[in-house]
Amino acid sequence: MDLLWDGLREAVRLIVTGDREVLEITLRSLLVSAAATALSLTIGVPLGMLLAQRQFRGRSVALAFVNTGMGMPPVVVGLLVALMLWRSGPLGELDILYTKTAMALAQAILAAPVVTGLTATAIQGLHPKLRLQIVALGASRLQTLALLAREARLLLIAAVMVAFGAAISEVGASLQVGGNIKGETRVLTTTVVLETGRGNFDVALALGIILLALVFAVTLLLTLLQQRARRA
Amino acid sequence: MTPKLALHDVIVRRGGQVTLDVPALEIVSGEVLAVVGPNGAGKSTLVQVLGLLERPAAGAVLLDGRPVTGHELAARRRMATVFQEPLLLDRSVRDNVILGMRLRGVRRSERGQRAGRWLEALGIGGLARRRPHQLSGGEAQRASLARALALDPEVLLLDEPFSALDAPTRARLAADLGHLLHQQGQTTVLVTHDRDEALQLATRVAVLIGGRLRQAGSVEAVFARPADPEVAAFLGVETIVPGVVVARGESVAQVRAGGVLIEAAGAALPLGDAVFLCIRPEDVVLAPATAEPVATSARNRLPAVVGAVTPTGGQRRVELDCGFPLVAVVTRRSAEELAIVPGAALVASFKASAVHLVPQPEPAAPPKGSR
Repeated sequence: MDLLWDGLREAVRLIVTGDREVLEITLRSLLVSAAATALSLTIGVPLGMLLAQRQFRGRSVALAFVNTGMGMPPVVVGLLVALMLWRSGPLGELDILYTKTAMALAQAILAAPVVTGLTATAIQGLHPKLRLQIVALGASRLQTLALLAREARLLLIAAVMVAFGAAISEVGASLQVGGNIKGETRVLTTTVVLETGRGNFDVALALGIILLALVFAVTLLLTLLQQRARRA
Repeated sequence: MTPKLALHDVIVRRGGQVTLDVPALEIVSGEVLAVVGPNGAGKSTLVQVLGLLERPAAGAVLLDGRPVTGHELAARRRMATVFQEPLLLDRSVRDNVILGMRLRGVRRSERGQRAGRWLEALGIGGLARRRPHQLSGGEAQRASLARALALDPEVLLLDEPFSALDAPTRARLAADLGHLLHQQGQTTVLVTHDRDEALQLATRVAVLIGGRLRQAGSVEAVFARPADPEVAAFLGVETIVPGVVVARGESVAQVRAGGVLIEAAGAALPLGDAVFLCIRPEDVVLAPATAEPVATSARNRLPAVVGAVTPTGGQRRVELDCGFPLVAVVTRRSAEELAIVPGAALVASFKASAVHLVPQPEPAAPPKGSR
């Protein structure tokens, strides 16, 4: 019990005193995962809309791929991204392995299938003729997509929450492509793993609490936005 | 005169099958064209091709005589389509009406004004702030119509706009819309499977069966003289004659048609209104001209002269002249007993409740000036 108690005390101390390194790690986590979320939305929303609306051969197979992607093991994604970015790999020239960019990329790849799948589900849940009515009102292609997305906004905001949650909680791939370099690619999850291994449970616990609080804060913000959108 | 909207050699295929084949269709400015046909005839496909929502496999759509190919979006923004479902977006009724205008670049100051005007015109001015889920089916469809009419479309396309509504709601909305369309001189294509809607709203009718236009012409001409048996079967009602309401009792109206007075039940139509009288052939009873009038509830007893007699299955279809053309169906046996042959004089009787009155479309107002 002492262990836990000490951990909590240390956690509170680190948070209250605004420990410089803890703050840095927290902000880095937020930045990397926000970038990953943005990237996964950029890929996932248009792809999900396309899968929901276009009739083509193999659409169901494509949707099955997306749904499988939702359960992709992070270590496998980390391994693949690392292989791609390796100096002699196909994208080695980019020279971004062991950087925050690589971590954001890996997290985005993990979150994108969830965003794609949820978007497709959201759009398929709308009235099938709604798109036709929007086009008939005089919407251009882009305006049509924007209006449909607005109609499905509650589920799309949910997709943002899930994507951010998946990105910031991810640890395996982040270690593989980020390397947990101090001052460079060390984020909340990777530090928790490191400190736990070292037996520094107090620090690990403190970072764990910060991680939870961060996820809650962002989710709360998005939930408030979602509930306002419901009434808008 | 160049038609407002036209189709040329249009073919639509679905899964290898031709679902629509229209060599020519023209919609003239100011007319209300009803396209009628049974379910699955290709009516919705026709609306979507006209509204530039579906590109045909072959053929051309012409707006003001010019093919729309290459500038569909601009052409689409000169029309408006209302579907069977209201398809309102998840925002207030007023914002729904404004949305279409916004997409078409109507000035901000004008949008609100027009939205208010059309919501009033459709009798839902008080519902402007409601959300779609707070509306009844009829109210939602009124909002959808306001949204389309506020766009001031050069052509209004209506795809079964009343068929999702219950009968009283449908009757009221059809009457209100008919009034607005004719008042505006709004060029309209109304697609419906309901003959009464076509009779009530249209100035011209086209019959679509199996993806092909089988007949087009004035409402009266098409209903009175179906081009082929299938059209006739779809139109069902064999006697449709124009008349005028001349007297009105509590539950019965008197209508003058072809110089004869007819009593019709139920219809609460204003005096002097032009109507169509619809009488189904199976509701007409024939008796010898010499017979004493028997006690019967049939309010209408008219001397009639037999025209053509055609066998249809076990029955005889009898065309009569009783001041206006009337069609009756009798069994083969009665035909023999009554000696129904061309030229024979008989008495045709039918109940007041067998006469179905449908208001004739009002004469179109002069077309709107500046376009």
